Amino acid sequence: MSTACAPAPATPRAQFARVTEILDHHERDPARLVPILQEVQEAYRYLPQEVMAYVATALDLPPSKVFGVATFYAHFALAPKGKYVIKLCDGTACHVKESVPILDALRKRLGLSEAKKTTDDQLFTVETVSCLGACGLAPVVLINEDVHGQMTPQSAVRLVEGIVAQEAKP
Amino acid sequence: MTTTATQTLTIDGRAVSIAQDRNLLEAIRRSGIDLPTFCYHSELSVYGACRLCVVEVEGRGVQASCSITPEPGMVVRTATPQLRKLRKTTLELLLANHDGHCTTCDKAARCRLEDLSRRLGVDRVRFQRTAAPKPADRSSPAVHREMGKCILCGDCVRVCSEVQGVGALDFAFRGSDTVVQPAFGRGLGDADCVHCGQCSRVCPTGALVPASDVEAAWEAFGDPQRTVVVQIAPAVRVALAETLDLPAGGDAFGILCAALRRLGADAVYDTGFTADLTIVEEANEFVKRVQGSGPLPMFTSCCPSWVAYAEKFQPDLLPNLSTCKSPQQMFGALARKLLPAHHGCDPKDLTVISVMPCTAKKFEATRPEFSTDGRRDVDLVLTTQEIGRLIAGSGLDLKTVTPEQPDLPFGMKTGAGILFGNSGGVTEAVLRYAAAVLGDGRLKHHEFTEVRGPEGTRIASVDVGGQTLHVAVVSGLANAKRLLAEVKAGRVKADLIEVMACPGGCVGGAGQPVDHVGTARACRAAGIFAADRAEVMRNSAENPAVGELYREHLEKPNSHQAHDLLHTHYHPRRRLGDLDLLLTTGEQRDRLLVQACLGTSCHLRGGQPMVHALVAAVEARGLHDRVDVRATFCLERCGEGPNVRVGERVVSSATVETVLAAIDEALVQA
Repeated sequence: MSTACAPAPATPRAQFARVTEILDHHERDPARLVPILQEVQEAYRYLPQEVMAYVATALDLPPSKVFGVATFYAHFALAPKGKYVIKLCDGTACHVKESVPILDALRKRLGLSEAKKTTDDQLFTVETVSCLGACGLAPVVLINEDVHGQMTPQSAVRLVEGIVAQEAKP
Repeated sequence: MTTTATQTLTIDGRAVSIAQDRNLLEAIRRSGIDLPTFCYHSELSVYGACRLCVVEVEGRGVQASCSITPEPGMVVRTATPQLRKLRKTTLELLLANHDGHCTTCDKAARCRLEDLSRRLGVDRVRFQRTAAPKPADRSSPAVHREMGKCILCGDCVRVCSEVQGVGALDFAFRGSDTVVQPAFGRGLGDADCVHCGQCSRVCPTGALVPASDVEAAWEAFGDPQRTVVVQIAPAVRVALAETLDLPAGGDAFGILCAALRRLGADAVYDTGFTADLTIVEEANEFVKRVQGSGPLPMFTSCCPSWVAYAEKFQPDLLPNLSTCKSPQQMFGALARKLLPAHHGCDPKDLTVISVMPCTAKKFEATRPEFSTDGRRDVDLVLTTQEIGRLIAGSGLDLKTVTPEQPDLPFGMKTGAGILFGNSGGVTEAVLRYAAAVLGDGRLKHHEFTEVRGPEGTRIASVDVGGQTLHVAVVSGLANAKRLLAEVKAGRVKADLIEVMACPGGCVGGAGQPVDHVGTARACRAAGIFAADRAEVMRNSAENPAVGELYREHLEKPNSHQAHDLLHTHYHPRRRLGDLDLLLTTGEQRDRLLVQACLGTSCHLRGGQPMVHALVAAVEARGLHDRVDVRATFCLERCGEGPNVRVGERVVSSATVETVLAAIDEALVQA
């Protein structure tokens, strides 16, 4: 199984050290707020309020501005995402090729819904995106960085089963 | 083409000359057509969101006039059938998601949405509501938010960031989920807001309104057991008329005194009295500072939004703020001490009400330091808007009311006290007082025009009695922020700096009647100067009631008794509470809590590298199962950072060594 998982720093201290590094790397330039938040999200897998408040302090921006940017872009998450983020494409091509039954199957397998996007064990997040730009492979599922084309409900669930089995190994 | 032709453009078939208009909208309005807008304010940046100022420009189609520059030869139409239809549809769409509780809205009859719907003839809404109802936010004592009434024009967001430099409000989320709110969806009372209320001043709808205490006021006035005393702030007198749709600027003080007595007030006093008292105390404090007792420049402290701003954003300047309470709170303290005996009532039955042009005064009155025996010194603060509503609710026809005098002794004021209503007024009152004290009788009633004017920042050097005083006057907190940077960098020399949060000072306060046209403030300011000129006594040193107060109760300015009653203290305040960032993880419960501050001041004092070293040291010593290290925001000791709280104790000017020592000590005790 080659599904890549974004490496997140393991301890709070390492995460915080990473945030400091990110801020220094971007020279605490408020104009670079979006790339800073992107990298911070990689460290925490989401944007905790305290970290947004810290970023605001470091960039001398009002926290309301940082929160506004963080909530504007769908990419940013305000609640922790799972270790494996499954993005199901529901753009026109994928939708026509029946992406919705795949979504239903994944949600059913993982006990998720429109409102509940992440499993309680924080292993999986299932969300839809509007186009991944891989329409020739429709319907498409992205698991972290890996693209899986021509999916069916069965093959998508098999991918999930594979990850579950892999994670269960000691 | 002739030169004349290149200087004009055509608006609805009439030639209009091109002047210094910043955009086509201003040119159109100058030509006598009041094009509707929600999101355009001349004092704010152009946003171009509301699309009501659309016009047809020949060769360019439909354009938002606020966002294009007037050009010679342009042919503009403002009222074609297509434009009318566009504007009506825009309004219908806004109304579809508006809560429509207009009869119970505080902005009723002063609402721009209501006004424009009527003007543009919106007689039905064809669209279905899509937004879910949103709960009201009543967490702030100063301003209430009801996002079900918000039309997303962004006026509040821009005034808070551009005029006040605070940025407590911003847009969050997007598309149909967009909402204007403080950071992280908190309530305004729990945010970095300084309560100036300018957001509610520019809000075209009832989404942001001054918090209302009208019901509590009715109760107080109607309770025969209570002795109700009212103080009226200077800027109210020149604005009250507007609540009755009369022109701004006329002096309604005498009428208001009479009306308040008819409503049930037992005595009506003038905050101008304690404004005179403030001048005496503050001028004497200033002289002491010049003689070496405290840091300079000295900042005025009558504006509660400025004080809140200094506490939250400029904590290093707190020692420079005058320790004088504001006139409202000086009145409150004196009322609690002296008025029960004066009125022959039980202290617990004395109700103190203020009538203020201001929302921040509502916040100020809740500050715990402004209380006597556990009771607020000022029980209720009513804005000019609210007093207008009380009068309207009573049915009193002010045209039939004969003006009355305020009660003595606290109704006695001078013209200098009235000047407090304008930006620059405190400074002018100080200069007149200095002239009197330094024996320069020639300047005793002088109008120091160098500190007057509509600009946000004025800097002047004034010769009084052989002394040169360097003064700066600033209104609008963003202007103040810029001036402070100049002063800190040594580029501006000032010994006394007057700061008012609202542009133009209290006459432009958010508690004043709603003025969507934007012309009232200048009229009110002129009204203040006229009221000063109408007084026989125009110098705080002349106020006989102030002199008597010193003789009978306070001994002399800045005496021990005066300090007890009339002065206060300030402390840094965190902008956002309860935001701790976990830095260590450990198994054990009840670990010793160590909170390292990473707020702005501590950050600038090297807090961040110290925190990293501290966490590393805690882990290296294997203490992470016993110690829970967190980063926090502001321990409210900004002058002594970096600060680290270890258990109950705060270690200031912290180093890794001093914090570790405190941790060891706390662990031994545990």
